[in-house]
Amino acid sequence: MKIGIKEVVAMGIGTALFVVLTNVQIPVFVVPNTAIQPRMAILAFLAAVFGPIVGAVVGFAGHALGDAFFYGSVWWSWVVPEAVVGIAIGFFAKKFAVKEGGFASGKNLIIFNVVQVVANAVAWIVVAPVLDILIYAEPSDKVFSQGAIAFILNIIAIGILGSLLLVAYSRIAGSSSGLKAEE
Amino acid sequence: MSKLISYEHKNTPIHKLSGFTKLVFFLIWCTASALTFDTRILLCMLVIGFVIYKVSDTKWKQVSAVFTAVMIFMTINLLAIFFFAPYQGCKIYGSRTEIAHLFGNVYLTQEQLFYEFNVFIKYFTVIPAVFIFLVTTDPSELAASLNGVGVPYSIAYSLEIALRYIPDVQDEFRKIKNAQEARGIEMSSKGRLMERMKNTVSIIFPLLFSSMERIDVVSNAMELRGFGKKKKRSWYSRRPLKAADFAVLAFIVVFFIGSMIITYHDGNRFFNPFV
Repeated sequence: MKIGIKEVVAMGIGTALFVVLTNVQIPVFVVPNTAIQPRMAILAFLAAVFGPIVGAVVGFAGHALGDAFFYGSVWWSWVVPEAVVGIAIGFFAKKFAVKEGGFASGKNLIIFNVVQVVANAVAWIVVAPVLDILIYAEPSDKVFSQGAIAFILNIIAIGILGSLLLVAYSRIAGSSSGLKAEE
Repeated sequence: MSKLISYEHKNTPIHKLSGFTKLVFFLIWCTASALTFDTRILLCMLVIGFVIYKVSDTKWKQVSAVFTAVMIFMTINLLAIFFFAPYQGCKIYGSRTEIAHLFGNVYLTQEQLFYEFNVFIKYFTVIPAVFIFLVTTDPSELAASLNGVGVPYSIAYSLEIALRYIPDVQDEFRKIKNAQEARGIEMSSKGRLMERMKNTVSIIFPLLFSSMERIDVVSNAMELRGFGKKKKRSWYSRRPLKAADFAVLAFIVVFFIGSMIITYHDGNRFFNPFV
């Protein structure tokens, strides 16, 4: 697959955006030390618009750099699942046709949310805890409950924020077809 | 928002190394630290990390804010491990030496303390590597040297764009946040959950849409300059690999293989002082 100029720039600026938003979190009081991460919505948005390669790079590089810049250490077992989410959503980019106004109808919105729930389930309930155990030998109870919390929070972030962003952008970007003939 | 670690131009041996060398060193170093639970190797990495930190002339104030954040995160993680699995250490080392009775049926054991000590020093082996990589690597030079060793230049270039635009996007984020706060939208943690979600949207929307515009502007500019037309491109900041680079690369490969042999020669990756 050839990478166009737009994808190159989208990977770069998308990663920058993801890194900057690392620190923007909406804390949930029910569970201590967990937060809804708006950056997940950005990842889902960019993957849905630009495809799987951009999704993978923004997820992987964004998470690794964000960890490094803000937390001084890179937690690799949570970097990989981020790329998994990006790739999974990105595979449907052609179908979503966000820039052509594909999210104006409800059908793509439903597909998008089904895909994101499945992708997040694979990423946070399977990939992340398994890597945690393999790489860091952490206790399995701990990593699976952390994974389950991350799963719930991420589907909320992408389901609400991501959907809103896609619908709004799709309406703006696809509005050239909204012209009406003068009577 | 806390201050990010950023590149600072200096004239130390570490700064003079190629970005590629530092990236490879950083990745192999992190892999070694992630794989081994051998306390002797981790302590050895701790010392090497500290020496490199000193040589790189990194100032404490460049990294102190981030360091504090890591310490908080690490403490929470260590407590969470103990809370979820107080006998993980016993399971790993196959013995149980109780020190004190804490509460209920939870006992403090030497094995658990030793296991968590290993997790603890693992943090301190990775932290200096991350700090040094970030403060001594020039983004442009990193992209150039990555391309020099065969990474497609479109990938190298997108990494450079990412590092180049982080401060810009951060500025934009701050501007939008200030503007929204001036309009009376509460950003602190006072509001209710849905309220805060809505307020976050009022920053994310303009930020994302201005970034989409930025993507259009930058990619149009690059297209006008003929980016991607040829198979190769030249770089202003390219530096060829020197003897010092090869020495560092050789060292890290030998170090990695050596530490893996020492770690795994007795069948698993834990160093067990309890037998």
